Amino acid sequence: MSIPAPAPQHRRQRYFFDNERVLGPLLLFPAVVYIIALVGFPLILAVLYAFSDVTVGDPRIRGTENFVGFENFRDVFNDGVFRKALRNTIVFTLVSQVFVIVFANVLALVLSADFHGKRLVRFLVLLPWTTPIALGVLGWFWMLDSVYSPIDYIMRRMGLLGPDSMFGPGRNMYWLGKSDLAQAAVVVVHIWRTLPLATVILLAGLSSIPQDVKDAANVDGAGFWRQLFYIRLPLLLPIMAVATLFSLVFTFTDLTVSLVLTRGGPVNDTQVLSTWAYFKGIQGGNLAQGAAIALFLLPVLIAIAIGMLRLARRSEND
Amino acid sequence: MAIVETRKITKEFDGGAVKVVKDIDIKTVDGEFLVLLGPSGCGKTTLLRMIGGLEHPTSGQILIADQVVNHLPPRARQIAMVFQSYALYPHMNVKGNIAFPLKAANIDKEEQKRRVDWAAGILGIDHLLDRKPRQLSGGQRQRVALARALVREPNVFLLDEPLSNLDAQRRASARDELQRFQHEIGTTTIYVTHDQVEAMGMGHRIAVIEGGTVRQIGTPRDIYEDPADTFVATFLGSPPMNLIPRGDELIGFRPENFHLAPDGGVDSSTSLSFKLTSIREEYLGSEKLVYGELEGERTVARMAANADVPAAEGGEVTLFVDNADLRVFDRESGLRKESAPATIATGSGS
Ligand SMILES: Nc1ncnc2c1ncn2[C@@H]1O[C@H](COP(=O)(O)OP(=O)(O)OP(=O)(O)O)[C@@H](O)[C@H]1O
Ligand SMILES: [Mg+2]
Repeated sequence: MSIPAPAPQHRRQRYFFDNERVLGPLLLFPAVVYIIALVGFPLILAVLYAFSDVTVGDPRIRGTENFVGFENFRDVFNDGVFRKALRNTIVFTLVSQVFVIVFANVLALVLSADFHGKRLVRFLVLLPWTTPIALGVLGWFWMLDSVYSPIDYIMRRMGLLGPDSMFGPGRNMYWLGKSDLAQAAVVVVHIWRTLPLATVILLAGLSSIPQDVKDAANVDGAGFWRQLFYIRLPLLLPIMAVATLFSLVFTFTDLTVSLVLTRGGPVNDTQVLSTWAYFKGIQGGNLAQGAAIALFLLPVLIAIAIGMLRLARRSEND
Repeated sequence: MAIVETRKITKEFDGGAVKVVKDIDIKTVDGEFLVLLGPSGCGKTTLLRMIGGLEHPTSGQILIADQVVNHLPPRARQIAMVFQSYALYPHMNVKGNIAFPLKAANIDKEEQKRRVDWAAGILGIDHLLDRKPRQLSGGQRQRVALARALVREPNVFLLDEPLSNLDAQRRASARDELQRFQHEIGTTTIYVTHDQVEAMGMGHRIAVIEGGTVRQIGTPRDIYEDPADTFVATFLGSPPMNLIPRGDELIGFRPENFHLAPDGGVDSSTSLSFKLTSIREEYLGSEKLVYGELEGERTVARMAANADVPAAEGGEVTLFVDNADLRVFDRESGLRKESAPATIATGSGS
């Protein structure tokens, strides 16, 4: 056996990037920098703030004398508004997600069928996702305006609103002025906002079910409902979990909807953790308490993140 | 049990750009085992899917048990199908897969279990019932797919290359089992394959398909001995039929029809002699193949392994073919002509 001659220098350079030990770290580098600078650093800062007595006027941590232990968390939790915000966050998220799961499944099923104008409908369904949240919410803000609401106008024309009608004698519903209506409005906007993404994810999941498997179910004598509940939905389950976790995180951490639509009102009834952290920490100047409020979400989000990673790993192993 | 019939059925894809199945007329006999044989891409699967109702024919009619079923969905046609890709339900275990058609038919639990055990027993997969499809080998998946088709009592079995992924040994036994099973229950079966050995061995009749049309339909013997055209003649048999051009005709004969001596001693009126040059032998154990050139055409003879060929490698030898074994085809169209001995005699070699 002869020993092969060493590869010429230019050859070795040409295959430099084929080496995973070179290419891997190189490609990961920007992501790592991004995460450290924009996620890691603020997170550490938030944790430090939450255990200190900093304010907007004096945000410096000089030494151990600035650390106050769990005092911020205690103060925050003893505040009735915070508890309301915590409850709202959870209720808004769960309620909107239940609707999103159901609607997204229905929409995905409909959109996966063959019909004329399918592309247009798909485009329209995706539209809310492509508009900036703030703009979309402003649109809703106008639709739910206390005087000029087009919804009220339509209801008046249909005889549902106004003197001697189903929804009372007033000329307006004051959607954002009454607690229950305002809460419902926030939930509706959340649904409107996350539905497109969930639908698209489910649509991708549906089209990844092999045609032969659907054909087999057809031949085996399964009708629509049996196919839906025994074939499609079970096969969709892992993807549905991914979609749900995504929209859970989006909704849980969302600031814009409550902030733009209601500013947490009326009387804090649509306050959520992120708006309350903003009002308390930035507008109220109590940076430490604001950080503590924001961090309340952290354990929940970590649990969700772990769930996501687990799912990803499980589908990798399949 | 039922007769399956297609009447001038045609399938086009992409708005007529691709014609995959063209005017196919096939009619099974009740309880028949009909094999659709053809090269890859000839439209076998498409034809089967149309019969199963998974694809709408562009034109033509499909009849099952004397009823036009064109408008009926698959589940109304009472068929069982095995897919080329198995199409098992990935989230159900083997038991769930096999029982699915029974569940869909609302058969009671006890009967379900009895039938699942029976089908699993026949196919030798009783020890796999709790596994998921992804934990099975290709051959095991295929048997699960077969079991799922067998548990029902369908009008028709449609099988799309159900044995293609089994190893040679398992395939032979599965072939035998399948045939016996089909014979026993007597359900009309349409079986797709591109394996001629499988087709010859299993089919009551074979429909040879090429380019979306049926080239010939008949018993394995008909098709082998009396091919309707040069495609069928060369598609079946390994090595295929020899075709020697003579004028505007092609003279065909099987490699095994070559003999070292003329039929009936020296009487050359009942056989034809051919001179093979630059011959080469290939020993195959039970037999040997003798390759050579015959009037410029590559030609092959199949002989007993101990046959004494009186020629060295590269030499030449004269071989004889009985007149009865000669088949004549039109050179232009490739279609079979009724053999005309006169033509054969005038073209005679020696
Ligand atoms: N949906 C489709 N659109 C366009 N062309 C198609 C479609 N389905 C099948 N074809 C074409 O039709 C032809 C026949 O396909 P088919 O699957 O019936 O072949 P087959 O005889 O089963 O081949 P194989 O033995 O490889 O399974 C192929 O050329 C294929 O490319
Ligand atoms: Mg096929």
